Amino acid sequence: MDFNYTEEQQLLKDSLEKFLAKNYGFEQRRDILANHAGFSPTAWEGFSSMGLLALPVPEEFGGFGGNAVDLMIVMEAFGRSLVLEPYLANAVLAAGAIALAGSAAQRQILLPRIADGSMKFAFAHTEPGSRFDLHRVETTARQEGGMWVISGGKSVVIHGAIADLLIVTARTSGATDAKSGISLFFVNPAEEGVAGRDYPTYDGMRAAEVTFDNVTISPESLIGSIDSAYPLLELLADRAVAALCAEAVGCMGALTDLTLAYLKTREQFGVPIGRFQALQHRMVDMLMHYENARSMAMLAAVKVDSSDYAERRRAVSAAKELIGRAGRFVGQQAIQLHGGMGMTDELAVGHYVKRLTAIDTAFGNSDHHLERFAAEVRETILEPAQPKKKWKQLV
Amino acid sequence: MDLNYTPEEQAFRDEVRAFVRADLPQDISRKVLEHKELGKEDYVRWQKILHQRGWMAPGWPVEYGGLAWTPVQRHIFDEECAEAGAPRVLPFGVNMVGPVIIAFGSPWQKQHYLPRILSSEDWWCQGYSEPGAGSDLASLKTRAERQADHYIVNGQKTWTTLAQHADMIFCLVRTASGGKRQEGISFLLIDMRTPGVTVRPIITLDGGHEVNEVWFDNVKVPVENLVGEENRGWTYAKFLLSHERSGIAGVGASKRELKALKYIASQEVQGGRPLIEDTRFRDKIARVEIDLMALEITNLRMLAAEEEGKPPGAQVSMLKIKGTEIQQALTELMMEAVGPYALPYLPAQWSDHWLGERVGPDYAAPLAARYFNFRKTSIYGGSNEIQRNIIAQHILGL
Repeated sequence: MDFNYTEEQQLLKDSLEKFLAKNYGFEQRRDILANHAGFSPTAWEGFSSMGLLALPVPEEFGGFGGNAVDLMIVMEAFGRSLVLEPYLANAVLAAGAIALAGSAAQRQILLPRIADGSMKFAFAHTEPGSRFDLHRVETTARQEGGMWVISGGKSVVIHGAIADLLIVTARTSGATDAKSGISLFFVNPAEEGVAGRDYPTYDGMRAAEVTFDNVTISPESLIGSIDSAYPLLELLADRAVAALCAEAVGCMGALTDLTLAYLKTREQFGVPIGRFQALQHRMVDMLMHYENARSMAMLAAVKVDSSDYAERRRAVSAAKELIGRAGRFVGQQAIQLHGGMGMTDELAVGHYVKRLTAIDTAFGNSDHHLERFAAEVRETILEPAQPKKKWKQLV
Repeated sequence: MDLNYTPEEQAFRDEVRAFVRADLPQDISRKVLEHKELGKEDYVRWQKILHQRGWMAPGWPVEYGGLAWTPVQRHIFDEECAEAGAPRVLPFGVNMVGPVIIAFGSPWQKQHYLPRILSSEDWWCQGYSEPGAGSDLASLKTRAERQADHYIVNGQKTWTTLAQHADMIFCLVRTASGGKRQEGISFLLIDMRTPGVTVRPIITLDGGHEVNEVWFDNVKVPVENLVGEENRGWTYAKFLLSHERSGIAGVGASKRELKALKYIASQEVQGGRPLIEDTRFRDKIARVEIDLMALEITNLRMLAAEEEGKPPGAQVSMLKIKGTEIQQALTELMMEAVGPYALPYLPAQWSDHWLGERVGPDYAAPLAARYFNFRKTSIYGGSNEIQRNIIAQHILGL
């Protein structure tokens, strides 16, 4: 049992935190939000030159072959700094999809470009009717004259508008909610028939509604084999959840720090408000939620690449369920304990709360993961009891 | 980062598991697993088995019969015993007064009392709380006046767990007044058979007799039963509270109870299907299970830190709060699971000797009483509000 980081991981953590403190302060982030539509090319270059984008990419394609614990370190730091850029979509989802299922050519061409930051991807799976289901896919892909033709639409595609390539789930056979018959494609948003509407999200990101009107793409656009993308999708989603859990822990850590500092400095009735027991106990409850969330983010990171499917699913869903609950509690209490100031756009508090709220919705909220976890709740220990039948005064 | 036990710890777990499987009497473990009442002889029999194996006092120094187990080994041991349905080792002797005697007791006290604790010859109880001194322990009023080679003790202790079985009680008593309240307190060991000691049962809302009042009416206590120095008792009491809190999270016992809950929910029927398949109820089980997973990892994180020489301090209060919340949720859900059959109040049915007519499934009989009884967990050992005060003060610096 060892909860420590390796020397390399500690180094990664320290240098990343130093980089973010210098280049991604709250005011710098505000500038990215206001003037750069939520994506700073400078920051992206910085992440790339630090090797963060290459971190999860296999070594033979110019990456570092990092694991889920390495990613946890990055995502937690990103959570603390409320990083806006699409790290998850690229380093976790795109790199994962290509490394796990991509053809030799796709890997050779695309992975180094993820690693050096020269290409950006967006993950286009959600549809108006799919909510959190990974298997409910209405968008279709059919073969015509050796080409693929995509029709349908995707909703709330995070950072969709700045992507060089979209990774799109499409149905190649079966019913809309069948687990088999789903395939994965690269679609260039510049192709004819692709249309999009780009809009801001409440947490400072941007997203897009994307439609595909008989978009014709080459056979090389297929990722992996036909009809069988579902297990890959599940694994990618689980990795995304593990990463998001770490990001949420970063947000919660920042909120507990900010709130504690506020309780110690804000004075009312002639004393710091942290002297009041009602507020102390709330602060303690925030801390406990945060510590439990940290424990579960660790569990998710350690188990997400487990070869035992049930163990992986169980850990990841438990973590997301608890972290959704914890994030809501910590966020709401942070606002409450900051009083009126917690309501302002000026303070960072609200921005963390909004990100935490968005994280709960990403890749399945607490209820969704509770359902996934609970589907397996069943075990027995004692043999059944045998009640007897007879009327009689007993006592 | 690695959440698995080392091969050595794994081997230790196997060793403990094999021992428990072979030596834990089945009639005792059945009582624990089926929530039946444990008698004094059940506790003592299991503790004597542990003593025979040399595993009665893992936390004591080796020279007093303890074991040099690591915090993780102790956790493994607690967990294996609890999951298999072993009764808890009563903490009053081995985990409470024992370490105080080892740290501050006289050579005679060590020689006399420690072996009797190890062999379970003496059953100890704890004389801390008083009617007017609960969370505010320093306001205690029981007095001890020195007369030649004796103290004369007068006053009353309360909430004294299992005092009805006890041979000895360790007490905080006031030996001086004036000055700071904490300064006039001494730590006395009192033989329960001394004339003037009276034990009166307190019946709790579950109908059970677990706690008592202990009255002292001019009780003569020999001076050699004073631990350490007169008026330093508060220091020893604080040492006791901070020293022995291993296993406070109760992860092993809660895992066992979670299994029991799932079993009961799989037997009960709701809408023609096992209750465990009812979404509303299943979700409640799942949420407790997830909370328990988080508690387990948090507990392991603290143990790992302790192994690296960073003792947990006030963080233990988090384990107490979350641990008891989970225990209470489990008892609540078990009662809820049996629906109307939680209602019959037939204590005889949950004693092991009952051979008469039964009402409802056997497993249902003790569940309501157990739910009511477990409300105690967020009150005892420093109420959960006191634990929050401790965290606010010592971790958050508020």
